[in-house]
Order: sequence, then C-alpha cells, then structure tokens
Amino acid sequence: MSRIGVFVCHCGENIARTVDCAKVAETLKDHPGVAVAEDYKYMCSDPGQALVKKAIEENNLTGVVIAACSPHMHEKTFRRAADQAGLNKFMCEMANIREHCSWIHEDKDEATAKAIDIGRTIIEKVKHNKPLDVIKIPVTKRAMVIGGGIAGIQAALDIADGGHEVILVEKEASIGGHMSQLSETFPTLDCSQCILTPRMVEAYQHPNIKLHTWSEVEKVDGYIGNFEVTVRKKARSVNQDLCNGCGDCFGVCPSKKIPSEFEAGLGTRTAIYVPFPQAVPNQPVLDRVNCTLFKGRRKGLAKDACGKCKEACLKGAIDYDTEDEFVTEEVGAIVIATGFKLYDIGKDQPEGLKGYGEYGYGEVPDVIDGLQFERLASASGPTAGAILRPSDGTEPKTVVFVHCVGSRDPEKGMSYCSKICCMYNAKHAMLYKHKVHDGRAIAFYMDIRAAGKGYDEFSRRAIEEDHAEYIRGRVSRIFRDGDKVKVWGFDTLSGEQVVIDADMVVLATAVRPNDGVKELAQKLSVSVDTDGFINEAHPKLRPVETNTAGVFVAGACQSPRDIPDAVAMASATSAKVLGLFSSDELEREPAVAIVNEQTCIGCMRCELVCPYGAIEQREVCTVDGHVCGHTAYVNPGVCQGCGTCQAVCLSKSVELQTFTDEQIFSEINALCAWE
Amino acid sequence: MTDAHTDFEPRITAFVCNWCTYTGADLAGTSRLHMASNVRIIRLPCTGRIDPLFIIKAFERGADGVIVSGCHPADCHYTSGNYHARRRFAVFHDIMEFVGVDPRRMTFSWVSASEGAKWKDVVDEAVANVRELGPYDAYRALAPDAQEPWPAATEGLAPAGEEVAS
Repeated sequence: MSRIGVFVCHCGENIARTVDCAKVAETLKDHPGVAVAEDYKYMCSDPGQALVKKAIEENNLTGVVIAACSPHMHEKTFRRAADQAGLNKFMCEMANIREHCSWIHEDKDEATAKAIDIGRTIIEKVKHNKPLDVIKIPVTKRAMVIGGGIAGIQAALDIADGGHEVILVEKEASIGGHMSQLSETFPTLDCSQCILTPRMVEAYQHPNIKLHTWSEVEKVDGYIGNFEVTVRKKARSVNQDLCNGCGDCFGVCPSKKIPSEFEAGLGTRTAIYVPFPQAVPNQPVLDRVNCTLFKGRRKGLAKDACGKCKEACLKGAIDYDTEDEFVTEEVGAIVIATGFKLYDIGKDQPEGLKGYGEYGYGEVPDVIDGLQFERLASASGPTAGAILRPSDGTEPKTVVFVHCVGSRDPEKGMSYCSKICCMYNAKHAMLYKHKVHDGRAIAFYMDIRAAGKGYDEFSRRAIEEDHAEYIRGRVSRIFRDGDKVKVWGFDTLSGEQVVIDADMVVLATAVRPNDGVKELAQKLSVSVDTDGFINEAHPKLRPVETNTAGVFVAGACQSPRDIPDAVAMASATSAKVLGLFSSDELEREPAVAIVNEQTCIGCMRCELVCPYGAIEQREVCTVDGHVCGHTAYVNPGVCQGCGTCQAVCLSKSVELQTFTDEQIFSEINALCAWE
Repeated sequence: MTDAHTDFEPRITAFVCNWCTYTGADLAGTSRLHMASNVRIIRLPCTGRIDPLFIIKAFERGADGVIVSGCHPADCHYTSGNYHARRRFAVFHDIMEFVGVDPRRMTFSWVSASEGAKWKDVVDEAVANVRELGPYDAYRALAPDAQEPWPAATEGLAPAGEEVAS
C-alpha cells in the first residue's frame, strides 16, 4: 500500500502553455494510492521544493512523483529534496511531461491527456520502488588527458598542480597541437610559440605529469573512479631513455623530400625527424612508411637498404626492430582534448562530403588554407616569415581571403559557424599588410562574427588601420589564369559582380573534429553529434562533462573554439577532476542487479551476456559442506546496471534494482489501460 | 489506407533506452519538434533490458503498436546491450509474425542522443503505420478480461498512520 504525492510543475509557461496542469493534478489526485496532488509554477525553485518537502512530512508520503521535465534535467534536484524531507531518495521519480509532452504537441486536450497517462505510469512505477542505499566505490586519484594540444596541456597542468598524477597521451611525436603551428595569435598579435612552448616544457618537466607521445588510446575498461586504459605506444624506433636530442640522425637521413605535416605540406622533412625544433620531447621518431630501410624490408630485401641514422647515433638509441608497446594505466578520470582538423576541401572526399572543387584547392598551388598561411607568416616557417607564394616564391601583391569555406553551408559543407575564421582572417590580413606594405588584402565575408573581448576592435583595426578591403559576398570560382589566380565573386551590398586577378588566395576552411574521434568516443562510451564533435552532458549546465561519468571534454573536439575558450574549458575540466578526486569514495546509484539465490538455477546465461564480466558462479553447499549446486553472483562494484542479464534469465532470479520486472510491468499496465 | 480507420487513434508503447533514444526524444522536445501524441514512452536503462514479454504484455493491455529503440550499433552505453536486443528481436519479430501479429505493429529502430529529428520520424511513421492497420484487438478478443478499465487493476491508498512501511 502506498501514499504517493504527485507534484505537477508548470515550468513557467513551458508546460502550462499546452498542458492543463491543474487538471493533471486534479485527475491524478483520484488515482489509487495517491495521497496528495498539487501543481505549482516552478517546482524546481526553492519554494517549489519546499512545497514538496512539506507535503512529504505532513502526509507521511511513501513515494513522490514530480511531473515536470526530463529526469536527465532535475531528477537529482528532487531526489535531494526528498532525501532532506526524510524520504529515501530512490522513492522519488520524474514524469517527463515537458520534453516528451508539452514541447512536442500543440493540442491542449491531447497533451493534457498524455500528461495524465505519463503521470499514471510513473505513479505505478513508484508504488513498486524500494528504498535503496547508495553504493560507495573507491577513487583512483590519477587522471588521463587524451590530446596534447593547448587544451590538453592546460588540463594536465591544472590537475598536476592540484597534486594529482596525470598521464598525457598524444598521438603525434610532440605535444603542442595546432597552436604550435600558428604564427601570431589574435587579438593581441603575440607570438604563439612564445606563449606555448614554456607551457609545453612545464608539462614535460612537471613531476606529476607522465607523457606518452606517439601513442594512442587502445582500449578503455572500467568506470568513474576506476578506469583501466590501455595505451598503444607506437614503435618509435628511438629509445627515449638514451636519445639526447642531438639531431645527428636526421642530418644524415637520405629521404629529405617528405612533405612536413607540421609545415602543412609547405615544407619538407626527413624520414627520421622531430616535427619542429621546439618539439617536446625533443626526440625524433622514425616514419616507417617513408624510411628507405623499411621500404626495403617491405619489398623483402635480404639486406637492409639504409642504416645511416643508426650509424650516426653515438648514443646507440636507434633500434629498427622495436614494436608497438602496450601500457595499462589505471586512472579515475579521463579528459578528452583531441582538438580539430581543417576541412580538406579538395576534390577527393572520402567521407561522402562534396568538397569545393570550384575553388581549385589542391590543384592551384597558390590557393592555400588558413593553416598554410600561418606557416608562411611564421618566423619558424618554410619562408622564415616572408610572405611568398608557394608556386614561384614571389611576393604576392594581391591576396584574397575567403571566409566561411565549408562553414555555414548546409547544402555542401557544415551547417555550423567555425567561429575562429573571422578573427584569424582579420589577423592574416593584418600580418600580410604589416609585411607587404604595398599589397592589397581583400576579404570576402558573409558576416563578421567577432564576439569576444577585444575582438571587434581587432577586426575593425584590420579594416580601418591596415586597410584590408572587406567585400560582403561569396566567391563562385577560383582558377589559374596565367601566373594569376582569378577570383570570381559577388558583392551583395553593391549588387555587382567582382573579378579579381589575385596572386594568392587563402581559404578559411571549416573546423572539423579530428580524425579518429568517433572511434575514441566509442571506446569511452561517449556520444558524438551529427558533425562528429563530442557531445557534452548538457549544452548549458554541464558543458565540460560527457554522458559517461568520469569522462570530461575540453577544447575544439567539443565544438570549434579559439585558444582562450579552449584554455578556459580545460581549466574547467580540471576543476571537475579535482572535485572528483577530493573524496576517497564516490557515491553511485544502486542501479545494480541482485541475484535471488533461492530461485537461481545456475545456468549462467547471465554471465554470457554481461558486458562487464560482473557475474561469477558461486557454489552452494549443504549444511555439512558438500557442494550441491551453483548460483550466479553479481559483483555490485563492477555491475553498471544495464539489465541485460535480467532479460535473459530463465528463472527470473536476477533483478535490476530501480528497473525491476514488477516496476516495468506496472508501467505497462498503467500505460495501456487508456480509456 | 482504409477509410474505416481515419478516426482511430492508435495507442503505441515505446520501450527506449535511457542513454540514446530517451535523450534523443528529450532533444526532440528541446528542439520543439511537433509529432503525433499517440506514443507513451517507458524508460529502461538499455534495450538489452527489454524482455520480449514486455511487448506481449503491452499488446495484451491494449496497445495497437510497439516501438523499441536504443543506441546505434557500436554506440551502446553498456557496450553490447543493444546487440543482445537486436538478436532477440530478430527472432521475436518472426515469432510474432508466425502467431499472426502484423510486423508493421512493431517498430525497431536506432535513435541516438543527437537524433531528435529521427525520433520524430520514427514516431510519426509508427503512428501512420498502425493507423492504417487499425486497432489491434485479436489478443483482447481471446482474453476479454485482460483489459480492465482503469483504476480497478491497482491497489488503493495506504492509511496515513505509522504502519506504512517505507
């Protein structure tokens, strides 16, 4: 027998606009087992919660149903309130009449009837809820940060400064990420390397930070507080304990024409290389795909075709026979900071995208993307900071910058705004004008989105002080015309066609999530959105958490972000991680399966389907100690509460607490007994 | 579509997982995607939790159609619950067809947390399909007592005194 309280929330107008909340409360008041039913404007507010607490105390309620928003929104809030009023918090459930009712229906009668049904279902469920105790689990106070760009470095430093060990995993040979490739940063125009490299060194030397470069996450097991991550340390062919970073090896490497990833293809590197001089760690890796020796081995040559780097290495650090190593790290929290890549808009589009073949990228050498311009403008770049066009090394006198290539274009590209392009285009125009005083910088833009501290002033400066010419409109075609690059565009303010004979074109291509993020997300059981960015737990209130407890997200892998945003987000994740590490034990919901040993027949079908290996076989003994049978046992520390075991149990002996058969059948009974 | 069913409002029960489809349905709400109001959702931790008996029970209790929806393959919050569900329903679906339940009354789909629009499509399509098929009364004809009018099927209110166990 129950005494249930039903509390119907108006959510301002959000629910009350299409659901007659008073009628819902009135109808449900007559539902068997309901002692009290009330409606209120904002149930989650302080007076709203007070109303719930008071009702629990005054009516000696055995269960509470809050008919309001999604349980993902406020279940915790109301369970806490119930707890404070002395009711076991697992006796409180949410009936979702906002997301699943008032927001998706227009007809008030229909929506009200549906809200009543939803309320009845949850009332019937709550009747079969049982008071439960939270489960306490220990916390491993070590964190893993995946991705060593500025966001990953910042998160690692903050957690390490908080006194906890951090494992920083980076798939490239050096940490630093895209920020290390940038020339100068907006809106201050300070040198990117000058502010980044001290951070990289600090991370490398920090006593609490352990660095795995040239490494990737292979496998993730466990759960919040108790993850076990297997890291694949890709064969580097260089012993990091012996190498002193002298660089003798790459001096003698005969393969010198390999396009450099760091220089965005504008420069070359050797097969054994460090990506850039300030690399951290300053130790090379051997690119086995392009190495002469390994090419020979793949062809099956009896004798190694090269070996110069090994001869040159006085420390004896080079070993051609190393293989991928697997390291298992136990951590309590994981931060994803895998960053972004630029939309490669060339003709070949592997992912079913359409590309922008009409812009000639990849075919006309003087059509480059934003990252390539960064390398041209960088003092450490292939031209030592001189703006010279890739085709013939001359100084371009007219440069066209095209905004929004692949961004804000649902037809062909990405529907979202890439956020950083308006600012870096303004920066590029300024950098160009500062170096080529008699040159023309012409930008085609859709809108100038310069929201941020000092940002609008910065983009105005590009126009007003540095005389960048901004044309509002789109570009239809870019093609080679003699030694010029012809740009056909349209000025939407004057309504005229614009044709420009440019020397170089810089395309601000869309920011996309990095390669491999989807696979990583699957390993971590977090979701990605339709564009492939990592989903946050709540777009406003839980922006750095993911749907998997203990896994956090920072930087441009969550959505396009600039440096200050990425750094802020990284510090936010570290606050979350440090908060998690502040107690020795975690509380977890008791949504675990329990075996009834009286009825279990020991068939162990449950063990076969359990994704976590939480189920084991136990012996049943007679009073005099003879084994007379077996039953299943669920380890509550390992069980995650999916309930798959219960669905396959032949004797109905295993039961998932919070989602028992009794509860679900009651819900079905309630739902289908419609008038 | 036969004209006889145009004024019939289908009753559809949806069994969805907490992490993908329930959240996807939440997203449909936050995106204000209007859809048919015939579907009632029952939240479960995972599609792997769904016992085929739930579906039979729903039909017994008067549902005209059923939706089962969870995470996409490889995206299961619990790693593999949706695979177990997929196998189970491949078999269950055939059994239901064998015993004479039109398979169009049962929709099995994957809706992720980012697919609010897909959830709307699943709902609207299931409602349209069932509307075309008309009410499902074969089961109820066999077991006329199975559907009792609300609220006789449940217990009453406990007294407010101290004897209430909680």
